[in-house]
This record gives sequence, structure tokens and C-alpha cells, in this order.
Amino acid sequence: MDHIMNAIILSALWGVVMMLGGVFFKKSTTPKYWAIAGIIIILAGNLLEFFGHPFFNVDTKEMLRFDAFGLIFNSIAFISTLIFFLLNGKDFEKIGIHVSEYFSLIFFVLCGVSILSSFNTLLMLFLGIEILSIPLYILTGSDKRNLKGNEASLKYLLMGAFSTGLMLMGIALIYGGNSLGSFYIDAINLGSGHLSVLVGVGLVLILVAMAFKVSAAPFHFWAPDVYDGAPTVVTSFMMTIAKVAAFVAFFRLFSTSFGSMHYQWQTLIVIITAATLLIGNVTAVFQISVKRMLAYSSISHAGFMMFTLFALNTTAKEGLLIYAAAYCIATIGIFAVIIKMSDYSIEGFNGLGKKQPLLALTSTIFLLSLTGIPLTAGFMAKFYVLMAAVKDGHQLWLVIFAVICAAISAIYYFRVIQAIYFKDPVPGVNENIEISSGFEWMLTITAGLIILLGILPGLVIDWLYY
Amino acid sequence: MLGTYFTFPELLIWIPFITGVIAFFIRNSNSVKTFAIISSIATLTVSVISLFYTDVAHHPDYFYFNNVSYVWMPYIGSGFSVGLDGIGFLLTFLTALAFPLIFIITNKSGYKNLNSFIGLLLLAQAGMMGVFVATDALLFYFFWELALIPVYFLCSTWGGEKRIQATFKFFVYTFFGSLLMLIGIIYVYMHTPSVSSDSAHSFYINAFYNAILSPRQQDWVFWLFFVAFAIKIPIFPFHTWQPDVYEQSNYPSVMAMSSVMVKMGLFGLIRWLLPVFPAAVAKYDHFIIILCIIGLLYASCIALYQNDLKRFVAWISIAHLALIAAAIFTINTLGLQGAMLEMLNHGINVLALWIIVDIIEKKTGVRKISELSGLAGKSPSLAIFFLIIALANIALPLTNSFVSEFLMLNGIFDFNKWYAAFACLAVVLSAVYMLTMVQKSFFGKTNEVALKAQKMSAGQYIVLCILIAGILFLGIYPDPVIHLTQSNVGNLLGRIPLK
Repeated sequence: MDHIMNAIILSALWGVVMMLGGVFFKKSTTPKYWAIAGIIIILAGNLLEFFGHPFFNVDTKEMLRFDAFGLIFNSIAFISTLIFFLLNGKDFEKIGIHVSEYFSLIFFVLCGVSILSSFNTLLMLFLGIEILSIPLYILTGSDKRNLKGNEASLKYLLMGAFSTGLMLMGIALIYGGNSLGSFYIDAINLGSGHLSVLVGVGLVLILVAMAFKVSAAPFHFWAPDVYDGAPTVVTSFMMTIAKVAAFVAFFRLFSTSFGSMHYQWQTLIVIITAATLLIGNVTAVFQISVKRMLAYSSISHAGFMMFTLFALNTTAKEGLLIYAAAYCIATIGIFAVIIKMSDYSIEGFNGLGKKQPLLALTSTIFLLSLTGIPLTAGFMAKFYVLMAAVKDGHQLWLVIFAVICAAISAIYYFRVIQAIYFKDPVPGVNENIEISSGFEWMLTITAGLIILLGILPGLVIDWLYY
Repeated sequence: MLGTYFTFPELLIWIPFITGVIAFFIRNSNSVKTFAIISSIATLTVSVISLFYTDVAHHPDYFYFNNVSYVWMPYIGSGFSVGLDGIGFLLTFLTALAFPLIFIITNKSGYKNLNSFIGLLLLAQAGMMGVFVATDALLFYFFWELALIPVYFLCSTWGGEKRIQATFKFFVYTFFGSLLMLIGIIYVYMHTPSVSSDSAHSFYINAFYNAILSPRQQDWVFWLFFVAFAIKIPIFPFHTWQPDVYEQSNYPSVMAMSSVMVKMGLFGLIRWLLPVFPAAVAKYDHFIIILCIIGLLYASCIALYQNDLKRFVAWISIAHLALIAAAIFTINTLGLQGAMLEMLNHGINVLALWIIVDIIEKKTGVRKISELSGLAGKSPSLAIFFLIIALANIALPLTNSFVSEFLMLNGIFDFNKWYAAFACLAVVLSAVYMLTMVQKSFFGKTNEVALKAQKMSAGQYIVLCILIAGILFLGIYPDPVIHLTQSNVGNLLGRIPLK
């Protein structure tokens, strides 16, 4: 008898609880506490499973598989969500009146995340992607009065549906093309022969669909508009946890099913990686709005995470985990600061160092981490993915190209740091940023976490060999 | 005894680091100044004590005092390993010496948010110390970057109008270089033998020295490291950030950068580049020396026409550093010995030059050479100090630079006569620009600007006297330094195939 992941059931259940709760919660602040309680329960359930205490025993026919990689990633995703709720739980009230429903959608996304980190058949992959995406389409448009949000939501839905269609086609082709006629990802494992036409086309279609989900170029066009148009709280979530979960699925599928034919399709990854890095970084330099700049920078981070698919070795696995943690926590942190502001332009940050020293310091740490400066988690993340790529030993020019892009990324991240510390405040812009002392503490803890992971990346990676 | 609890390299990193963090929280500007001076003198004391333990023959505990390694990331074969050897002793001493002098000289000047200013300077010192003592490639990279971040904030916060752009250019340049080096480090790491059972490869320095790299691999990985170091030194054509940053930044940061930080690049050449890529070094030495000599002549010619004192010193510094880099790549005893000695000498001389420029600007409010005239008439003591320092920069006998430049030129001569001829031309040029500048600003008719000059403070006297004592001492008796770095020279020559 196999067991099913605690996290999948718990998060689905909690989603329902939150949805029903919407009827009973009188105060608008209540859902936040329920959501925090829920995510702590899910996290605890996930950790208990990791240490061998599953709650539920259901025969999944091996369609879902428990492994350390998936569970560690789940923990990262849940801890990031917890941080996200603690920092920004209150800001859900800004979106609209259905606060409880927004939280419930987030829990459904987390259910999708847990499926994506544990799927063992292509069908489960498809279900996971859909469970992840549909709540996100709704969340993007959750601010009904905002036209930009509506546009983003529609765009996201259409493009998303299209890419899911491609994926389904790919799945069908691979099902038909492999000799076993199997949906199981390890059964597809095709040995080291040549790709057949059917499987080859299927692989390319799935690759395109996944590249779309992780916003890798040239399938990234939806990303800046959607991230910019969605309510900022939602952007913070979908840009981090949802995207990284798609990456984990990407990695899981390609390393298990197509890993042995790695070098037949690696060139495709090389092209996608190079294009993603170039477009993400170069475009981000020209942005005026910090929110939009971070949207492009998230494309560039997708480029760095693509290196794990490029390499597909154990270092890449470790790298994906540490990158996921570093990227999620730092992005959620910087977004928590942005959400508190009314003006998202870079000028809005002018003189923050004088007005709000703590916000300034923590934002700087988050930005340094996103740039990849040592002593922050971001450095360790970049270090690991680059190490994975060098270990692979092919196409070393791509690594050098990535490094050039990383230097470009310093330009736009440091522009914000310059605004924070070296420019004088613009009168009338972001003058009254209201923050509670609880928020300050949480932000400090988050920044501390970034530095802790920057010194001891083993805190994440060691569990793989537990 | 000291070594039971702490080793020297650890103390040299942690004293400035911890005091640097504390300094941020000291609000009172007078106490933070005193605190900085006490902290930096404590570091200097440790450094001076360490100099008594440099001799392997006389101190059986040598390794016990000077080397330590802690487990940090065993799964990838990296540890917190630090250690001191000849060149390490020399440069940590230079770092430890420069900072108290910088703090004393800036004691009177009022920078805004002095606690952050001093905290950042101390953190920068900790980073530089780390670079000089790290014996683990990843740790070296950590400190290499960490030294840069405080300096970035220092130069961007306090300085001239265009400081933000200038410093940012510097930052992007060096960040780019360091990232290339990171790739290089990872690449070499993948070819190192294992030193422990936990990981297949190791970042430890000896593992790097024993890395198995074919000449073809060395050919290109060499450049990844070289560009990083060349940007930091800076070697022509990577030097363009330096004059701008030096012109726009505040004096204490510039002093720290030009006397200590640029040595990080030269140190990197000696500690990492030459021993790890011997075959590539032997292949590219002519090309790099030619680059250095072009840079040397180019910088010297530009220095002739500089009107701004800060840019003037910046170009002089570029010229001297190019000569050192050229001498390092000759890979012969004289060249290397001279280069190592000159690293200390240049640190002292350029620090002294910056102090003089600082004093002139503070006294008169002007740093255009064309507006200065006859300063000697108003403050003869400054003129005397400056003359000695200027002569040390020209490398006159009895000053420290004479010995080291003589050795370096000799080394270059052994390498190739023509290169030496061009390098000597630069020495002549140095006399021209230095003496012209002395003549224009200190002698001649005392003008209104010079009349405004006030007397030098006691702190300035003390600092300049210490530096001049150093200049003369090393000019007359450089033997201790040469003795200190002898083993490094021997090791390097042992690793690189002779032509």
C-alpha cells in the first residue's frame, strides 16, 4: 500500500475550509489567521511525512511518488507561503472583499504544487499543471474593478489554455510513441537510442508547454503583462512559488523520462536558456516601474534555473532546490516592501534609506541576493546552478554568457539600491508608508534567512541525503 | 598563548569585522572615531606580533599559529581555511598599517553619518584581510566580493557630484570580472583531486595547485582569472574605471582602495593565477607584459597633462601598478622579488601622496594644479614632506621605491631588453610629471589660494612622519621584506617551467 502525500489532501481540504469559511468569517482579518494556521498545518503534515509518518493511506497505483526531492521542495514552497502570508496576509484586503476566497484559491494552488512535486505519470502532471493554473487565472483577475488586471487575466487564460493544449498533444504523442504504451514517467525512459519521430515531437511540445509555464523565452510574452497587471500581492505569489513549482515538474519529468537522451535535446534547452537570459536581463534594464522590472528579472531567473535542465545531474538537483528557496524568499521579501508603497516607480524608492532605515536595509539584502552577491542565498543558488552546468562540461560558452547577463542584472537591481541610499526623497511620493512592528520583525527574519542560507546552503541541500 | 585560542589570520579578519558591525551602532561621532582608531591599532598589533612568527625554522609552531581550517561545506569540499605565508604577512601588514593611518588622518574631517562611514571602512578592511589570508578558492571569492560591497557603498554615499555613476561603473566592471573568475574557479575545481572522502573535488588551495589541466584548458581558463585580476589592478585596457572613481570618491575610501584594495589583484596573480596555470602563463607572458608596458607609458603620458590632483595621483598609481604587473609576469627571481617589495612600497607611497593631496584640498579648497602656486612659502613643512614623497615616487636612491623598481627593471631586462628600455622611459617620465607638479604647486609666487592654507595638525604630522620613516627605512634596509617573501618567489619559480 502506498501512501499519498499529506500535503495534497491537507491543502485541498484547507482550500475548501477557507471557501466555506468565507460565509462565516465576520471580520475581514479573520481569514488571514485561518490561512496562517492552515499553512502551518500543511507544513507540519509535510514534514511529518518526510520523517515517515503519513496520515493517509490510499492506493495511488504509483501515480504519485514520494521522494525526498519532492518533499523538500514542498517544504520550501510552504515555508515561502508562510512567510508570504505573515508579511502580506493583511494586504489581501486591498484586492477586494472576498478575502477568504483569495486564500482558498492559494491553497488550491498549493495542492497543485504538491502534485507537481510528486507526479509519476503524465496524467498527474497534467492535472497538477491545471490545478496550479486555474486558480491563478482567477487570482490574476481578482481585482474586478481594475481593467489592467482583467486584461492580464484574460491574456493569461488564453495563452495558458493554449499551452496546456500543446502539452496534452505532447502527452498523447509520447503515449503512442513509446513501446510500452505507458503514461508512467519512469516507464517512458527510452534508453539511450535515438528519439523516434513521435516521441521527439511529443517531447518538443511538452518542452514548449513547460517553457511557457516557467516563462522562458521565447514563450515569455505573457509574463510581464500578467505580472504587472495582477494585484501586487498575487504577483508576488505567482511569480515565486507557482513558477518554481512548474520548474520542479519540468525537471522531474525531463530527468526521469528523457534523461538518458539528454544530449539529443540539450541544444533546444541551450537556445531557450540563452534567449531567456538575454531577453529577461536586457529588457529589465529599461523598466521604470520596479514591479515590471521584477517581472522581467523573474524571466532572467528562469533562465538561470534552466541551467538545471541543461545539466540534469545531482548538482543541478541540489541547485534547483537552493535556487527555489533563494529566489522565492528574496522575491517575496522585496515584494512585501513594494506592496506597502503607493508608487512603484524607481523614484518611489528615493531616499528610503533616510525615511525607513529598516525597510531600506532589508530591501537591499533582498536585492543583493537577487543579484547574487556572496553571503546571500542568491549567490549560493547561482553558484550551484553554474557548477552544475560546468560539471556537465558541454557548451561552456553558455555559462560565460550567463555570467555576462548576471553582470547586466546588477545594473537594474543596483539602480534600486542607488535610489534607496544615494538619492534624496521626492516630495509627495511614498511619504507615509505604514508598517507595523510585527511586519518589521518578519522582514528582518526573512532577510536573516537569506543570509543564513547564503552561509549554510546545506540547510536545504543536506536533507536530500537524509 | 595566542595560538591556543585564535590564529593570526582569524584575528586579522574578525577584529575589523566585529568592530565594524559594532561601529554602526555607535551614534556619537567622537566615540566612533576613537573606537575605529582603537580597533585598527588592535589589528595592527596582531599583525606586528604575527611578523615574529614568520620563520619556519625558528618557530616549530609556525603552522599552528598561522593556519586554520574549519568545516564549512564538506559536501562540495570547501572549508573556512585561512593561512599566512610570506606575501600574506606582507600584505596583511600593509592593510593593518594603512587603516589606523587613514583613521587618524580623517579624525578632523566631518563626514555625515560617521558611524556608517567607519563601519563600512572596517568591514572593507575585514574583506581585504580575508582575501589575503584565504587558502580556499571559494572563501577567497567570498572575501573578494565582500571587500567590494562596503567600498561600493562608501564611494557612492560620500564623494563628488558624479560619484554614483563613477562608482557604479567600477562596481559593474569588477562584478563582471569576479563572475568570470567564479566560472574559472568552478572549472578548475572540477579538475581537482579529492582531498577528503566527503567530496570528489576540493576548493582547497593545494588541490587547486594539483589540478590536472591540459595546456589547452589552461589556455582559456587562464583568461577568466586574468580578466578579474586585471580589472582590479587595473591593467590596460581595463583601467578606465579608476581615474573616475578616484576623482569622485572621498579621500579615506580612495586611500584604502589605492593603497590596499588594488593589491588584491596583484596578490591574486601571485597566489592563484601563476601557480594554477603555469603553462598558460609561460605562453602569454609576452603579450601581458606588452599590455602592461603600454599601460605604463600611456598612464605616465596622461599624468603629464593632468590638472586635477586626484586624477593625477590616479594615473601615477595606474602606471606603478602596471610596472608591478609586468615584473610579476617576467617570472624570474629579480622581477618577482621586486614586485612583492614594490607592493608594500607602493602601498606606503600612494597612501602618502593621497594624504598630501587631501591636506592641500582641505587647506586651500582647491585641487587644480593650475590654481596652486607657492604653497611652500606658506607651509614649508608640507613642502618638505611632499618633496620626500615625490622623490620616493620617482624612485630616487635611499627611498623605498628605488630598491624595488631597480629589482623590477632588472627582472624585465633579463626577460627582454627592449621591454626594459621602454619601462625605463616611464621612470624618466615619472620624474618629469612629479617634479613639474612640485614646481607648479609648491614653488613660484605664493598666490591667494596658497595664502589661505593653515598649519598642519598634529595628527597629520604624525602620520606623514610614520610614512616617511617607512619610506626611508625600506629604502636603506629592505632586507627583512625580501627575506619574508623569498619562499614565495622560490615556490613560484619551482612551479613554472623555465623557457
